[in-house]
Amino acid sequence: MKELVCIVCPRGCRLKVDEENGYAVTGNSCPKGAEYGKKELTAPTRVITSTVKISGAAIARCPVKTDRAIPKAMIFDAMKLLDSVELTSPVKTGDVALADVLGTGANFVVTRDL
Amino acid sequence: MFRKKYDVIIVGGGPAGLAAALAASEKGAGSVLIIERDNTLGGILNQCIHNGFGLHWFKEELSGPEYAGRFAAMLKKTAVEVAVETMVLSIDAAATADGLSVVRCISPDESVSDIEAGAVVLCMGCRERTRGAIAIPGTRPAGVMTAGTAQRYVNIEGYMIGKKVVILGSGDIGLIMARRMTLEGAKVLACVELCPYSNGLNRNIVQCLEDYGIPLYLSHTITGIRGDRRLESVTVSKVEGGVPVPGTEFDIECDTLLLSVGLIPENELTRNAGIEINPATKGPKVYENMMTMTNGIFACGNVVHVHDLVDYVSAEAMRAGAAAAEYAAGKRVAGRQIGVKTGPGVNYTVPCVIRPDNVEKAVDIFFRTNVPRKKSVINVMSGDTKIAAFKRDYMAPGEMEKITVPKVLLAKAGDTLTVSVSDAE
Amino acid sequence: MFDVLIIGCGVTGAAAAYALARYDLRVGIIERFNDVACGATKANSAIMHAGYDPVPGKKEAVLNRRGIKTAAKVCRSLDIEYKKLPSLVVAFNEKDMEKVRELYERGIANGVKVKLLDGDEARKAEPSLSPDVIGALWTNESAIINPWEFATAMAEVAVVNGAVLMLENEVTGIEKNDGYLTVNTDRGSYSASYVINAAGAHSPDICAMVGDTRLKAMPRSGQYYVLDKEEGAKVGSVIFGCPDENGFKGILVAPTVHGNLLVGPTSDPTDDPEDLSTDPAVLSRIKAAGLKMVPGIDYRNVIRQYTGIRPTTNVRDFVIDINPCCDRMIDLASIASPGLSAATAIGEEAVKLLKKAGLELKPNEFFRNSRPPVTRMKDLNRIRRRAIIKKDPAYGRIVCRCETVTEGEIVEAIHRPIPPRSIDAVKRRVGAGLGRCQGGFCSPRVHQILSRELGIPMESICLDKQGSFIITGKTKN
Repeated sequence: MKELVCIVCPRGCRLKVDEENGYAVTGNSCPKGAEYGKKELTAPTRVITSTVKISGAAIARCPVKTDRAIPKAMIFDAMKLLDSVELTSPVKTGDVALADVLGTGANFVVTRDL
Repeated sequence: MFRKKYDVIIVGGGPAGLAAALAASEKGAGSVLIIERDNTLGGILNQCIHNGFGLHWFKEELSGPEYAGRFAAMLKKTAVEVAVETMVLSIDAAATADGLSVVRCISPDESVSDIEAGAVVLCMGCRERTRGAIAIPGTRPAGVMTAGTAQRYVNIEGYMIGKKVVILGSGDIGLIMARRMTLEGAKVLACVELCPYSNGLNRNIVQCLEDYGIPLYLSHTITGIRGDRRLESVTVSKVEGGVPVPGTEFDIECDTLLLSVGLIPENELTRNAGIEINPATKGPKVYENMMTMTNGIFACGNVVHVHDLVDYVSAEAMRAGAAAAEYAAGKRVAGRQIGVKTGPGVNYTVPCVIRPDNVEKAVDIFFRTNVPRKKSVINVMSGDTKIAAFKRDYMAPGEMEKITVPKVLLAKAGDTLTVSVSDAE
Repeated sequence: MFDVLIIGCGVTGAAAAYALARYDLRVGIIERFNDVACGATKANSAIMHAGYDPVPGKKEAVLNRRGIKTAAKVCRSLDIEYKKLPSLVVAFNEKDMEKVRELYERGIANGVKVKLLDGDEARKAEPSLSPDVIGALWTNESAIINPWEFATAMAEVAVVNGAVLMLENEVTGIEKNDGYLTVNTDRGSYSASYVINAAGAHSPDICAMVGDTRLKAMPRSGQYYVLDKEEGAKVGSVIFGCPDENGFKGILVAPTVHGNLLVGPTSDPTDDPEDLSTDPAVLSRIKAAGLKMVPGIDYRNVIRQYTGIRPTTNVRDFVIDINPCCDRMIDLASIASPGLSAATAIGEEAVKLLKKAGLELKPNEFFRNSRPPVTRMKDLNRIRRRAIIKKDPAYGRIVCRCETVTEGEIVEAIHRPIPPRSIDAVKRRVGAGLGRCQGGFCSPRVHQILSRELGIPMESICLDKQGSFIITGKTKN
């Protein structure tokens, strides 16, 4: 039995995950919690938010995020990729800044119109 | 160019201002002006590039700029006007013969102007507590700054502000910055929290500290800062009963100390306008519709009380904006007033006064509890009469609580309602 | 080759430079920090003392009285923030009253218009006073001042009139030559016919460099609280506690020209004049002393603490004379309180001593007793502000929210005769970052403006003294 705090939403439910019984989750308030509990113990993932360089905009950095969660173990490698990205204004929220991060199928997308 | 007169003027274009303007417009205010001191709308959301916003409001997880962008897009479809790089210098409530308020502001384009408003909504947000406010002893080197200032440098301007970081306070901004600095290549050595519990959301403890193996020292504080020009090290001490325990000190070598030690509603304008302030929140006292105790001046968001989630700011601001539009259109609320008081376990309440005649079906009362609690009961009493009780499995000072009291129950109340929290039997 | 080289650009050095600007001389000023007014001038009580404290006959007494009179004129003509404010020394018991009466006698002897008040009269004069106050000394010959602006303005006039200010030069030695002195610093060598030692807490070290070891630095540290304007509004006088048994002035409660409230200082001996750290035990002593006098102070509104170093020595008076071991050096040493009050008079003394030492003084016929005007948007009426913003919209762009300082005012300060080069230097010039958020919002903006206007990279801009870097690099590099 593993105890976890669910990070799916700000509520922060305290989950109990039974590894011996097919990762059955208790303590969750929604189905997403059950999904998280299992995934966190089998293949944990995170959405990454960061910035990339942008030229021609009012500010020097453009915020980006992965459009889906990527394996936790890839976080720092994914961050490294962002160092070489440089956008040029104008960009729109949702524009792809870097496609298919490390073969995960996730893209880094712009999160602010600049 | 500004008009001479608006139905509703919104002071501040952060999350509260955006939602208040939208609601005022939706409620039929013909002219609405947002006055924003920065050069863009969105307020602090622009630098909150992490995700986690909007789960309640938009039913999806957005980053701060995305959340602000959604509201800005909705505003574009309205006739709401926006004045950026404009700062309100003073507000004179009900100053004109026909009861309009006068807002004085300064900007590069419009210089110093006086604008009249049928109603004003205060949405100035809050500021961070500083090193000075909590009096951390030691020298005054560079490398000590609030987490929010650091966030601006890193996320907007693209500068790194240090390599070896200690964070004091486990508020959400501090936790978020712990992760952010780590991702950008800094080593975050510790997060130090005075209280025996974290003041941030549990999810942030997990995804910002635990994910990166950053130790959290609960019941500890910083009792020394060293370094003549740039920070060289901090001293950490254990705390018992709010006091550092001698002999428990240890030093951490670091070049950066980020402070996440609380937020204070920014109410200098409010105070100078003579609007009554609630000492418990340092924000204005408000009625059930978010009007302050001064007629025609409304307030919402972190300027009233510090919220845990921006979604709740938006909800509160929608109510304030709608009420301001109604006020500008001539609606006045009369009738009985019920004062809301805090009982044991409750730090403050919003609103402070409820006028049952202005309550449609039910009224929401927001508050924070003083310590983390397991199974608890929230009691709403009027004198010795119990008006309502609400059960909770878990409560924390880091989280805002909401109870909804139906109008029918308000009829049973006398002149006051007292909200208190006790352990469940 | 300078005619006169001043070591140290605190208020004393600045006042000497200002006094010398009236003469046709090549004047140099060397300062170890990256800005003027960084030592005791930066961190003190910001008071112009009426002059009842110094023992009659001491240099302190004479120059304090003379100084505050000329300072008032200088502040008027150079537009320096200065405000007349009554001061009180309050007593809680008969023992205190004895000291108050002693100060009264000194005041009379020094020519100060002083009055003795009973408790009720004192509270009438200053309603914030504690009901426990049984009597007080009162005078209205005191004032509060912006000490940074006072020193900077005088140095600016000197620079405008041709003085050369050399920052970031720390003196390492002085060579006595035939007919001149050579001052070596970590940056270079400067020769001068005469040297003025205005090195503050380090003036005994400068004396030692010419072989004079009679002065021993015995610096005393004083810590302060700064409180929000909400608290500043509660007090309308400078309120002193009674002097301690060593004769050092008691802890005071006083508003600042910016509207904040100061409570402090302590007066504790320290070994290290560079140690500006604050200490919780000392601060709690100050807290209690302030509350005893003014029970209405709400310390939840504290915005900052700081420590100042008084450049006291083994001589319990100002040391203002030709150095006994070097007749080409004038010492302006041991200038502790009331050094700020006496500064202008000390500057004039320096001129007299230079003359006595043999320096020929010819009036500077081009002397201009002025500096470029300072725009203070906050103090102007609406019509004036509109006119200024119309000419330059940057004066309509607020950068510091708490103190409502505009970009125009910051840019103007950066292009003054002595440009501020750090965030805190900008704060000392225009007040940006001085308020309740302590620069939380505006410091990144000030940082950008400094970088843009000075044409130096963001990474090179310091918080305060050289080496106090804020930024360690760029992200995504």
